[in-house]
Amino acid sequence: MSSLDLRQLHDTEFPIPDEMQGNLAITSLSKVYNWSRRSSVWPMLFGLACCAIEMIATAAARYDTARFGMEVMRASPRQSDLMIVSGTVTKKMVVPIVRLYNQMPEPKYVLAMGACASGGGPFKEGYNVVSGIDQYVPVDVYVPGCPPTPQALINGLIALQKKIDGQSLANMDDVPWYGVGPSDPVPIPILGPDIIDPRQMGLIRQQAMAAAAGQPYGLRELPTVPMKIVSKTASAAGMVEVDAISVVDEAAEADRKARRQDAVARKRAFLAKS
Amino acid sequence: MTDQMIAPVRPETVDIDAAIGILKERFPDAVKDDTREGYGGVIVERGQLVEIATVMRDELGFDYLSSATAVDYLGIEDSMEMVYHAYRTTGGSPLVFKAQTPRENSSVPSLIDIWPGVDFQEREAYDLYGIAFPGHPNQKRILMWEGFNGHPMRKDWKEAYYEEEHKPFDSRWPKGMVRRAEELNVYGKNVEYPADFDLSRLSDDTESSLYAGMGLGVNVEALDNTDELKTDRLVVNLGPHHPSTHGVFRMVVTLNGETIETLEPVMGYLHRNHEQIGERNAWLYNMAFTDRLDYICSMSNNLGYALAVEQLMSRGMRYTPPTYRAEVIRVLMVELTRIVNHLWAIGFLLNDLGAFFTPALYAIAEREKILDFFEATAGSRLMCNYMRFGGVFKDLPERIHSTASLLNDKVRDFDTMQYITELITEALPRAVDELDRFLTDSEIVKTRTIGVGYLPAETAIAYSAAGPLLRGSGVAYDVRRAEPYSIYPELDFDVAVRYNGDIYDRYLIRIDEMRESLRILKQILPRLEHTKGESFFAGNKAVYMPRVALGEAYGRVENPKGELGYYVVSQGDPKGPQNPWRYHVRAPSFINLTALGQMCKGQKVADVVAILGSIDIVLGETDR
Repeated sequence: MSSLDLRQLHDTEFPIPDEMQGNLAITSLSKVYNWSRRSSVWPMLFGLACCAIEMIATAAARYDTARFGMEVMRASPRQSDLMIVSGTVTKKMVVPIVRLYNQMPEPKYVLAMGACASGGGPFKEGYNVVSGIDQYVPVDVYVPGCPPTPQALINGLIALQKKIDGQSLANMDDVPWYGVGPSDPVPIPILGPDIIDPRQMGLIRQQAMAAAAGQPYGLRELPTVPMKIVSKTASAAGMVEVDAISVVDEAAEADRKARRQDAVARKRAFLAKS
Repeated sequence: MTDQMIAPVRPETVDIDAAIGILKERFPDAVKDDTREGYGGVIVERGQLVEIATVMRDELGFDYLSSATAVDYLGIEDSMEMVYHAYRTTGGSPLVFKAQTPRENSSVPSLIDIWPGVDFQEREAYDLYGIAFPGHPNQKRILMWEGFNGHPMRKDWKEAYYEEEHKPFDSRWPKGMVRRAEELNVYGKNVEYPADFDLSRLSDDTESSLYAGMGLGVNVEALDNTDELKTDRLVVNLGPHHPSTHGVFRMVVTLNGETIETLEPVMGYLHRNHEQIGERNAWLYNMAFTDRLDYICSMSNNLGYALAVEQLMSRGMRYTPPTYRAEVIRVLMVELTRIVNHLWAIGFLLNDLGAFFTPALYAIAEREKILDFFEATAGSRLMCNYMRFGGVFKDLPERIHSTASLLNDKVRDFDTMQYITELITEALPRAVDELDRFLTDSEIVKTRTIGVGYLPAETAIAYSAAGPLLRGSGVAYDVRRAEPYSIYPELDFDVAVRYNGDIYDRYLIRIDEMRESLRILKQILPRLEHTKGESFFAGNKAVYMPRVALGEAYGRVENPKGELGYYVVSQGDPKGPQNPWRYHVRAPSFINLTALGQMCKGQKVADVVAILGSIDIVLGETDR
């Protein structure tokens, strides 16, 4: 069968040899590819807080994630496919987490386990707590609960498997890891007077300049009760008018888009040629 | 930190009042009674603090400094004070003494030469309150990072998204306009940068201060003068992401070859502002937060907090102590929790020794059955939030759904009493015996643990170690005996103690304590039967929003990991909504770590992980 061109399998007129009639199942390449990926998702051995205890209980004898091919917990991010953010993300800890995320090879998935990792949880108002890991790294599955029971975590893992099942090899946006070059790393936050997201550096520069000039900066006025929702378009008086994200990232974003278009074009050309 | 340890002389013991009398006689100008309403102990002139503390330790026998913490009295006295609780390792009540300091340029002399166990606690007070400790050799931030703006626990420091001083916030109750904090600020952050903030500083390595003074590199000048071969010192970071560090704990070690020269614990990676949130909460709200301190033993954390607040309540009017059944249920839960914790600790100690996950899986199998019982009773497996001021919030259920013998068995319906009787008299003793049989005489366990991580008794006391760490070093100090609470005085049990102070003895202590817990539980069972149907709550109504008297209280319990203490101060209006003015947790995991550097010095790098495992820390409690 070495001379068989796999793409012929898509052709329903492809003649199946007599001796293989009844022994051969035909499916799409994506399905086989996703089946093998979703049945061997290796999570990173990485616990943050209370939820980690339930994560261990889920992996242990009673609930047994081995049933899903997920029992191999890897201590190194370079060998793992899934990061289970199991617990409160503090400002001090988000730096190593982003670094670990950047070290994971594609395809990589993030599961935010519990209230804290999803949105800050009961500790949200704390001065050292990040309101959810999704402010820094993209999250695929959120599992609610404080802490989620093992059943809830397993449900989250099944949700992740469904997500993997839905990804198609034909769609570049589903499998960006076949694009050109390595994927863009998430900028690592800096611990200054408070945590600083490098993506917001432009805003911070403006604030610092305003402070140096003795002008008011930031929004420190407390809202009156009942509060009005302050939207981005109608911002309160006394605040520096800056668009936070766009200041720094325009060039990088344009560059990323250009590379993506380039990759898609090349893939289309390849498909058309063959 | 001093290298030579001071062996305290055991003086003639006098009671607390007599001890205070002696102190006042010796230092008539510097020691005064704390006469504020609801307060006890003495206020000590901070200039003479070290001198007075020396007398307390050497002449009055208060050799164990349990807790040291700061309180900010902004708006009440406009001063800050350090509060110390000193105990005798022979048992008894605390000698509470305080040192006051102005809020500006605040400083209190360091007591590290008297009780080295205050090391981390003074660093914490410096970090969160900005109190300087002249005499402390390593005064730098411990929970937050170097360069953080301000000292967050000061009453005039407001965090991002600050709304109000007291909960429930007006925006949520009674108006019910619940909204996300991000909506308060269009930038999603509420960061105030200091006026002299220099952007170029951002590229600085925030770690450099950590490595300062660790003796890195080769001394080149010394090389010229000798013919000896010198090796470079190597710095190895273990953590915060490390499979063996029991959470996000980090150790920076300096190695000479494979031998450890210095070890510095770095923490704060799970500092989730427990105390500051606690000071904004109403008294009851904190009960749910205490679950998340030591998240393996939520029930015992509940008990400590309930005891502290009940102390405050008992000074007010119309206070009824918990009923007998409430106390019985409390002890039942707490002792089951102790078994849960020790099973967990032993399983993961073996993990750290390299027996990857098989012993742990066996050790935590029976734990699931206890969790089933917790879930049926309190509604949650892990975060039970079960105790209330004056009792527990719910009686034991009539029936339980769980598995019969093996965990992969079918889930069945059981009578609760039958279920826990079977658990206590058969399943759990079997699990403990199994661990004992497989591990205690194991050649490999013995080789890896005997004589490793040695901590002598005097050092353990000096470093304020608690729990199995202290008792494994030969100090029979257990809060359940030293200062009994609940119904422990009428229960028959022994304080487990071992004398070699190494990892193996700390392992044996945990086996012993599980057996003692089972012994207590067997005495609890007939009491449960006997009190069936009685009230599980003081009075006939649950106290959800207690009115507490002004003053301070320190409630402590023997948690599986050591002495867990809650220092609470109430300054609220006795008629209005109340919340703690100060809510401090004396966390055993945090203070036990003070001795880690001492225990690891001279050991091999592979043993560090095992030594850490033998202390049995939980990061939720360490960093709070």
